[in-house]
Amino acid sequence: MPVIETKTDPSSASFRQNRADMLAQIAELRAIEGKVRETEARARDKFHKRGQLLPRERVMLLLDRGAPFLELSTLCGMRYHDDSDGSLAGGNTIVGIGYVSGVRCLVVGNNSAIKGGTMSPWGVQKTLRAQKIALENKLPIVVLVESGGANLLYQQEIFVPGGEAFYNQARLSAAGVPQICIVHGSSTAGGAYLPGLSDYVIMVRGKAKVFLAGPPLLKAATGEIATDEDLGGAEMHCQVAGTAEFMAEDDADGIRVAREIMAKLAWARPAAVSVARAFEEPRSPPDELAGVVPVDYRKPYDCREVIARIVDGSDFLEFKELYDAQLVCGRAAIEGLPVGILGNNGPITERGSVKAAQFIQQCCQSNIPILYLQNITGYMVGTKAEQAGIVKHGSKMIQAVANATVPQLTLVIGASFGAGNYGMCGRGFGPRFIFAWPNSRTAVMGGEQAARVMSIVMGEKMARQGNPVEESVLMAMAQPIIDQFDKESHAWNCSARLFDDGIIDPRDTRRVLALTLSICAEAGARELAPSTFGVARM
Amino acid sequence: MTRFDKVLVANRGEIALRVMRTCKRLGIRTVAVFSDADRGAPHALAADEAVHLGPSPAGQSYLVPEKLLAAARATGADAVHPGYGFLSENPEFAAACALAGLTFVGPGPEAVRLMGNKRQAKLRMIAAGVPCIPGYEGGEQSDEALAREAERIGLPIMVKAAAGGGGRGMRLVLAREGLTEAIRSARSEAENAFGNGELILEKAVVGARHVEIQVFADAHGAVVHLGERDCSVQRRHQKVVEECPSPAVDPALRAAMGEVAVTAARAIGYLGAGTIEFLLAPSGEFYFMEMNTRLQVEHPVTELVTGVDLVEWQLVVAAGGALPLAQRDIAQRGHAIEVRLCAEDPSQEFLPQTGRVLALALPSGEGLRLDHGLARGRETSPYYDSMQGKVIAHGVDREDARRRLVGALRRLTVLGVGTNKELLLQVLAHPTFASGAYDTGFVPAHFPKARLAQLGVPTPRQVAVAAAALFHQDAEVLRVSAGLSRALVNWNSAHPHPVSMRLAVRGTEHAVTLRPASADTYDVECAGELVRLQLELEGDALRYACEGTSGGAVVARDGAALWVDWGDAVHVFTDVTLAPRRAAGRVGDGRVLAPIDGKVLRVEVKPKDLVVKGQLLVVLEAMKMEFQLCADLDGVVEVVTVAPGAQVGARQLLVSVTATP
Repeated sequence: MPVIETKTDPSSASFRQNRADMLAQIAELRAIEGKVRETEARARDKFHKRGQLLPRERVMLLLDRGAPFLELSTLCGMRYHDDSDGSLAGGNTIVGIGYVSGVRCLVVGNNSAIKGGTMSPWGVQKTLRAQKIALENKLPIVVLVESGGANLLYQQEIFVPGGEAFYNQARLSAAGVPQICIVHGSSTAGGAYLPGLSDYVIMVRGKAKVFLAGPPLLKAATGEIATDEDLGGAEMHCQVAGTAEFMAEDDADGIRVAREIMAKLAWARPAAVSVARAFEEPRSPPDELAGVVPVDYRKPYDCREVIARIVDGSDFLEFKELYDAQLVCGRAAIEGLPVGILGNNGPITERGSVKAAQFIQQCCQSNIPILYLQNITGYMVGTKAEQAGIVKHGSKMIQAVANATVPQLTLVIGASFGAGNYGMCGRGFGPRFIFAWPNSRTAVMGGEQAARVMSIVMGEKMARQGNPVEESVLMAMAQPIIDQFDKESHAWNCSARLFDDGIIDPRDTRRVLALTLSICAEAGARELAPSTFGVARM
Repeated sequence: MTRFDKVLVANRGEIALRVMRTCKRLGIRTVAVFSDADRGAPHALAADEAVHLGPSPAGQSYLVPEKLLAAARATGADAVHPGYGFLSENPEFAAACALAGLTFVGPGPEAVRLMGNKRQAKLRMIAAGVPCIPGYEGGEQSDEALAREAERIGLPIMVKAAAGGGGRGMRLVLAREGLTEAIRSARSEAENAFGNGELILEKAVVGARHVEIQVFADAHGAVVHLGERDCSVQRRHQKVVEECPSPAVDPALRAAMGEVAVTAARAIGYLGAGTIEFLLAPSGEFYFMEMNTRLQVEHPVTELVTGVDLVEWQLVVAAGGALPLAQRDIAQRGHAIEVRLCAEDPSQEFLPQTGRVLALALPSGEGLRLDHGLARGRETSPYYDSMQGKVIAHGVDREDARRRLVGALRRLTVLGVGTNKELLLQVLAHPTFASGAYDTGFVPAHFPKARLAQLGVPTPRQVAVAAAALFHQDAEVLRVSAGLSRALVNWNSAHPHPVSMRLAVRGTEHAVTLRPASADTYDVECAGELVRLQLELEGDALRYACEGTSGGAVVARDGAALWVDWGDAVHVFTDVTLAPRRAAGRVGDGRVLAPIDGKVLRVEVKPKDLVVKGQLLVVLEAMKMEFQLCADLDGVVEVVTVAPGAQVGARQLLVSVTATP
């Protein structure tokens, strides 16, 4: 078997420097997440006094003990809208893939410990993405609801896009993906349709509030005087309206009921993927992933060093190694699941493009998922490249990516610039999952490059107008461009805008890929029982 | 002498197994009997043949002579060994055996009958010159006559109801001043309790020990004794620990007591194994209490010290053989101590415990003997005695035996059913017991209710380990069932977050927060203490490391319950993490709704009334039933929407109460 021989020396100064730099960035990521937890913790006493659990406590109790939890987009919406310092990152929702009663599923929890769980514009997008993941991967959904509804200050960014969430719910039900909803608190007005459109609804006695109009609005609208409980309490919904199927005594009890329901969905794993697979650990330890890659994308490295640390036995059958050196393609397996891998060792050439296109078609022919390891500054430029047909050949690669019939996973481990982002299956190309490392940068091009382009264009314009080209003016113009690109291309900002499904610790890469590949494999083997209408509540 | 070919053992559990062991050694075939509850029980499986007796209650199986005789007939047994308890001291059964041509391994019916009647037994012993507790059993019952007799016997004295039992109508009188009052109150209590105010008086022996002598007699006139057993560690007249020799008996006293015991046995023409129980006063005086005409539960301590197989002797003597040893050939070697392992909860008035044995670990080693009827997967049934077995240690001296027994008990694990193991260990470790200077007041004096209540209460550290073990076990089950790689166990892609757990132990809830740090390491907080625990779970063996120290325990899982044997204590932790909080103390919202369509019968309150939680507000009649609707919080009645006679619909608001701040 072709094993990648690592050329990295973990005791070298460069490795140690890389590792220190990477660990600092990971620490920064955890610190941001930690700050959000602190924000949540401030609501703890209030929740506990009311006999409630914090949303994150609910999620932790819902999940199976010891099971992996792949939390998604923890930096969603960071520093947007009301979040001035990152302490509200996450879009007021907790989303992740976990296990409930042995069933792998998608969990969505309103984070009512932060701003009452109101929906922010990015939070809405995060929810929509979660629903898409559930639909594509045939994952049952558990939603833990307690939300003040849409943040009215941003209604124009929320209202119309938010409608898609209800559309998705109806489509999920019809597709045969069950949705379990626990109503822990308020879920009113538009939010009332969230339980309404769920297949299984549990309401917590004395806490759930599900109605279209609450007492004040009702009084204003019709003059009727009614209480919260009359209009939408758990007892009313369970006994009278029939909006809920189950009543729970408190948060923990509701979680218990949800777990019981999940256990009885009989959502058995398809036989093809239910057997534990035998595999060999990578010959080079995954922990070294923190040190093999320089955090600065401008410093080159061999992407095989990364591959050697994520694939079983570091076993990598390289495809057309001698044809093009800058796009590395090959086959491997991660925790026993086969995968085709594309990685960058430089800009994509015309030869690299056709090599990639061919490799992608091969993977589709063998029906194995494809993994893209993005560290790409772009496609090759220059007369030589243009005359060699880089546009034509690059297009073929993009066609192949866009039309691939197998699940595609993307990992942004360095630069993700220009058309390279597209050709290497960036967000726009609908990868099943896309994750990023903390050091990654995503933009149309690098900041310095952008600044240089701008100053050249500007200099030429000055010259054309017969003005003297003033270097100082050009320099002054360049810095804000560099700053803007640096800020916008930063991994935190890209993740805040959901260009990826979350930032991961590079040392967790093999775990994340193993989990997502197994999700894809299970989805591929699972037969749903779709209907034309979904489950309607009678 | 005839020899038995096949013996029917008319008993169950450890004693049946113990009797069969000797039979097998002697080449005698065995027949077991069993009830419904004992189908497949160890004793039924151990015999060459087994006969089903009937339903589980002993009164319909083990205590029905006809069924046992039929079983013996059907299997062609030529002798019946009764064990202890059940029919072992039933003279009719002994007689019926003889009538059926079966040898009853025990004394003749006359001796059994005689010793079964306490008053007659005492009179016969007095006649034989056996010292009995001085007392008064006369017919004259006036205060004066009783007081006079009390003076004669000498204080302290026990005043007892003649018809009494269970400690009722019983008074200890230490000084003359309290005598008349004690007589009167005991009489009145006896009249109330038993409808008979007759009293007897007995000299109270303060600081007495329970010392019994094992005797053996054959059909040829030989009677020997095999020394004493000290059974002073008792709780409510039930023996807990027995030992041989007694720390309070020296060779001279042994000889004296032995001689009296032999005399007593001769006086009634005894045959086989018997035990004479004495009360031994600190002064060295001893008094006959009663005679047990069977093999005693605690016989193993005598066997280990004398080297005699008492069951073998029983069979020899029953078959008409001569006692294998003469008195001068019987010697005591070393020291033996026995504890009775019972399925009971000492902290709850020794309430018998039932359950399925989930894990069973039995110690073995030099000088150790285990007589038990336990088996993994077996249900300990509520139908029979709670004693599951005995652990007996033999050593060169008392301390050697005691240490050996402590070690053995620590290694003995029974999970799935509660036992008195922790209490036994504490008794054995108690300085007073260790010194040997204890008496029958030992358990009540040193293990009062308050101390017993502390048994089975875990430390916060133990709660933490149990929580981690529960979590770890769940994780392991999931890892296997979901086909997860070890790298994915306990892994969270984002900032880790603790999970809360609630564990109930003996009705007390413990809150724990736990955060997995790796696949086998947990940061656990309990009662304000944060510890990092590393766990290793191999089958039912748990190893844990915590802050440089490590420990082990045996665990067994039964649904939400985790049984943990730490060696010196056993705890049951029930995972109530997802259970709803206790309904008690739950406060409602003050809105009282009609539960069903109906008619208001009564309205008990009006606006501005102060009400308390649980107070009746409205009575509703529906479906010919009365529904009593009560306040669900303390407060003031704000609105009453209905009057008696009103027809109301389901969920219609009837009364609204506002909480008082």
